[in-house]
Amino acid sequence: MSWESILIQLLNGLAGASSLFLVAAGLSLIFGVTRIVNFAHGSLYMLGMYLAVWLSGRVGFWVAVPLAAVSVGLVGFFIEFFLLKKIYKAPELLQLLATFALALVIKDAALWAWGPEDMLGPRAPGFSGAVNIAGSAVPQYDLLLILLGPLVLVFLQLVLSKTRWGILVRAASEDREMAGALGVNQRWLFTGVFVLGALLAGLGGALQIPREPASLNVDLRVISDAFVVVVVGGLGSIPGAFLAALLIAEAKAFCTGLGYSEATLVIEFVIMAAVLVWRPWGLLGRAQAPAKNPGFAQAPAEFPARKVFIAGAVLLAVLALLPVAAGGYTLVLLTDMLVFALFATSLHFIMGPGGLYSFGHAAYFGIGAYAAGILVLNKITTMEFALALAPLAAGLGALLFGWFCVRLSGVYSAMLTLAFAQIAWSAAFQWNALTGGSNGMVGIWPAPWLASKTAYYYLTLILCAAAISFFWRAIHSPFGYALRAGRDSPQRADASGIDVRAVQWAAFTIAGLAAGVAGSLYAFSKGSISPESLGIQRSVDGLVMVMLGGIQTLTGPLWGAALFTWLQDATARNLDYWRAVTGMVILALVLLLPNGIGSFFQKKK
Amino acid sequence: MRFLILFALFVASSAFSQAIKIGELNSYKVFPAFLDPYKKGMQLALEEINAAGGVLGRKLELVTRDDGGNPGDAVRVAEELISRENVAVLMGTFASNVGLAVSNLAAQRKILFVASEPLTDKIVWENGNRYTFRLRPSTYMQTAMLIPEAAKLKKKRWAIVYPNYEYGQSAAASFKKLLKAAQPDVEFVAELASPLGKIDAGAVVQALADAKPDAIFSSLFAADLQTFVREGNTRGLFKSTPVFNLLAGEPEYLDTLKEETPDGWWVTGYPWREINTPEHQRFLSAYQKRWNDYPRQGSVVGYVAVHAVAEAIKKAKTMDTEKLVEAMKGLQMGTPFGPIAWRALDHQSTMGAYVGQLARKGSQGAMVNWRFSDGARFLPPDEEVKFLRRE
Amino acid sequence: MNILAVRNLSKAFGGVQAVRDVSFSVAAGELLAMIGPNGAGKTTCFNLVGGQLPPDAGELFLEERNILGRPPRELCRLGVGRTFQVAAAFISMTVRENVQVAVLAGEQRLNSAFSTFERNDKTEQILLQVGMDAQADRLCAELAYGDLKRVELAIALASRPRLLLMDEPTAGMAPAERHGLMALVKEIAKEKGISVLFTEHDMDVVFQYADRVMVLSEGEIIAQGNPADVRADPRVRRVYLGEEAAHA
Repeated sequence: MSWESILIQLLNGLAGASSLFLVAAGLSLIFGVTRIVNFAHGSLYMLGMYLAVWLSGRVGFWVAVPLAAVSVGLVGFFIEFFLLKKIYKAPELLQLLATFALALVIKDAALWAWGPEDMLGPRAPGFSGAVNIAGSAVPQYDLLLILLGPLVLVFLQLVLSKTRWGILVRAASEDREMAGALGVNQRWLFTGVFVLGALLAGLGGALQIPREPASLNVDLRVISDAFVVVVVGGLGSIPGAFLAALLIAEAKAFCTGLGYSEATLVIEFVIMAAVLVWRPWGLLGRAQAPAKNPGFAQAPAEFPARKVFIAGAVLLAVLALLPVAAGGYTLVLLTDMLVFALFATSLHFIMGPGGLYSFGHAAYFGIGAYAAGILVLNKITTMEFALALAPLAAGLGALLFGWFCVRLSGVYSAMLTLAFAQIAWSAAFQWNALTGGSNGMVGIWPAPWLASKTAYYYLTLILCAAAISFFWRAIHSPFGYALRAGRDSPQRADASGIDVRAVQWAAFTIAGLAAGVAGSLYAFSKGSISPESLGIQRSVDGLVMVMLGGIQTLTGPLWGAALFTWLQDATARNLDYWRAVTGMVILALVLLLPNGIGSFFQKKK
Repeated sequence: MRFLILFALFVASSAFSQAIKIGELNSYKVFPAFLDPYKKGMQLALEEINAAGGVLGRKLELVTRDDGGNPGDAVRVAEELISRENVAVLMGTFASNVGLAVSNLAAQRKILFVASEPLTDKIVWENGNRYTFRLRPSTYMQTAMLIPEAAKLKKKRWAIVYPNYEYGQSAAASFKKLLKAAQPDVEFVAELASPLGKIDAGAVVQALADAKPDAIFSSLFAADLQTFVREGNTRGLFKSTPVFNLLAGEPEYLDTLKEETPDGWWVTGYPWREINTPEHQRFLSAYQKRWNDYPRQGSVVGYVAVHAVAEAIKKAKTMDTEKLVEAMKGLQMGTPFGPIAWRALDHQSTMGAYVGQLARKGSQGAMVNWRFSDGARFLPPDEEVKFLRRE
Repeated sequence: MNILAVRNLSKAFGGVQAVRDVSFSVAAGELLAMIGPNGAGKTTCFNLVGGQLPPDAGELFLEERNILGRPPRELCRLGVGRTFQVAAAFISMTVRENVQVAVLAGEQRLNSAFSTFERNDKTEQILLQVGMDAQADRLCAELAYGDLKRVELAIALASRPRLLLMDEPTAGMAPAERHGLMALVKEIAKEKGISVLFTEHDMDVVFQYADRVMVLSEGEIIAQGNPADVRADPRVRRVYLGEEAAHA
């Protein structure tokens, strides 16, 4: 690589960093003040792009950009005022579920409004050409972006340090209660911050339209990039976000420039994992004050309460007798539900009683599924043995990754789980010889005696019921109490002789093992396996199931998994805009039952 | 209330009917740009068939489903079509991994599967099975269609850029193999894999320029293609370097380029305005009349796929799966692109594609200098296929 | 005989010397109060002794055993119990469960994920001892603050400690409650032969219950001895009691 190309790639990275920074800064601000993990932030960015393209055709690019940004800010206002405001007091991460539902709705709204085709915006008038730098043509617009990023950074820093509002925002990021004591009207502060964050996302999107088309797939891509930037930079730190955006954009540019273009698939997650292991609070972040309202101070339903026993036994009996009455497809759907119920229950075990968030639980589901596929397709073992061995591979993965994850806390730990999951995903995606690459593997079918739907359903029922009852038992065992003690008060638990990290590590591993059971059952029920099974989407699905069911409940994950699977199946079959409908049902549930549908079945305390 | 409506819908949809049911599943929400026109094409074919009296004296019915864009959900949806809807034939899928998973399920459940969209070579070769047939010209075939023009240029240094997943990887591999065979002195000076939907276009364009290639082969499409084209135009990458790009002539992708349409690129695609054969004219006017819109590549695929299933049933004169499979083997039929055959050897249809050059006409892109490439001429020798497809 | 010996302990945060060359010891069975104005380094000192913080320099002995650098959970097993300035209990559990977890943790019996979390006599005894038996089935989250402090004491007692470290055991309590709690601590300590090291703001409490008093100022010990002597020490009066007297 010549010096000239290094210079140009450096500039490419800088331009990329600017647009990344805008969207990440908004996310970081919102999280810092409201503690909301805004999953819809990428959707706001996407909305900014569509609006800007659409408005450009009417009022011209330079008017369209600020107009689009302000409109997105307005959308942010409606979201905060009419939705989020109602659930600030709900358990932590419930807002994540609400914003996830919003993302579904916004995506379908964009599809409805602008149609399915990608929309390439105009070039920016006055900045449509290129300038010659070191023998290469560099787009003028890139140079403009390079200037814009630092300008926005300086502007935000000035607002935060010089205005009264900004000082309140900073006070609130550091200590919400203290800010409340200072006489800050929290409600309007939260609204203001959310609107500013949304506006920045909209601006980031609008400014991107001369470089890439508005498309419906932008939201997920942007949200994952933005999360990575925010976490690498340190939650709530705007300069940190800038630094991280720079680091990641440059790393990507140089991966391509130096001929390691395949690495762009995963480089940001590798960086995130490395940064978090090295600096547990990101580059410029500070140790987070523990959440004051963790929201799961409640004990799970009492056990062995008679009611739970009887209800469980009845449910099991109904499920066991079902094949007599129900058709083939009901069994297929129920098999899926059972598999996901186990997946969600295992995730709940570390999130609820363990207090450890995981955004990457699909990794262990996927490792289990892939291990099953690899064992069977390479004729290493029979299907029966593969089913027994594959979860061990998942457990081993969890043992390895968990060691790092339990050393961090809160969202940082959650993002480290995500980083590991993405690294596992990219291994599955890229390792053609072993995993079949992006196509995955096909022909992973159960042994002949299990091949019928009924037989396989019984196998799934037995394994999942056993594993789920194990978790219910474990929550009420001495180990479960040790886990909850570590969650309730790590310091107290430590002083009482409990090795909190070891307990969490063990729980993480057990949960990974169980997710592996679910994953290998899934693989054999589908006959194939591909990288989606350990992708972000699956991890998010798991979170949604747990949150829908209610994080404080014992049986919640069961109901959450069943409802979510059924909802997707039913809406996707019958409705064109099924994503939006799914999103709206989730929103309704969030507002009506903030403690999850599982809380419905729990006695009021 | 919403649940009640859903429930009612579900009861209504599963009511018994006398029609022959084709179960169609596709990633409508993940790839709407391609699959909306596809659905319209299917609908048109269905109406034509039923207006002509259906098949075997029964009406044809399409039961379409969204497969969620991932193999796990797709398999569940296919199971639902098979066991609850009792469909006679499965059809559809877009992404290769979904196509392969459903194809595998079809073999397991012994039901005919007409894979309409997926491009992966594996679905008829390495992972081919008795029950799966594929309509579109595969990655290999479309790559091969570009080779004669590429070899004609006698350019020595080639650079390759592709979306980093199986389609892009196998397009790159096939291109290298085929061009090397046609022009042994060729050199591949750069290979850039960019994550699907996330191309870092500035860096990619610069890296391509750094390699100083004489020509470029790309298999980018959709948003990646638009981003790449604009960046390359701005940075002057394409000024003196010829580019070959799979699929870029398909209206789904070409129409979004507008003023950015790069002149002179060699592409595969569908120049729907200019194809004057009677069979295409008939399709075009029927389509425009029915939908008040012009057809895209997907429209043709959907249209032909439904007709293919109807033809197979007519030929088999029964709904028995094994007989349908035998009927599909070697089935000959007419399409808007001319006659095609479904090869008994590997269950690949010989449907072709149009190869031509991009040109800007006003603020729109178009294909010029195009000619039709018959799919039958761009498949490897039978011996090679037999070796790959070891059933 | 000394149960705890602290030698030349130091700790700095950034440029601030929080604890400077502190040496003292706790005799078996005695109640030693550590007092000093805000910011004198009491809590830091506690966290150093309790294993929550690593010291920059110094030595720590529990009886004859060097315990420097041991994490809190190991100190617990060696017989050190502690309570925190802001009461920390396991808020999702009932009072009984809180104590039970601690009892089992002390016996290293929390590893089983299959067995039942059974009641045991020891838990009941401790509950009775601290007077929380009547409220044993209430959730900790619902308790009055004073009761929560008792629960914390119960948790600390669960591992059969020989040394109790209590950081402001009566902070946030009403004066009457304070005396109740400290009388309880003294009674239990004397009965079981437990040594207690505690910090305290309330001078009445200190002089009524402590066997010995130690005064910390700006990270250094400036006086120690029996309560009457310390009260009379002019340096102590100047840096500490002077203010206190003014308030009274």
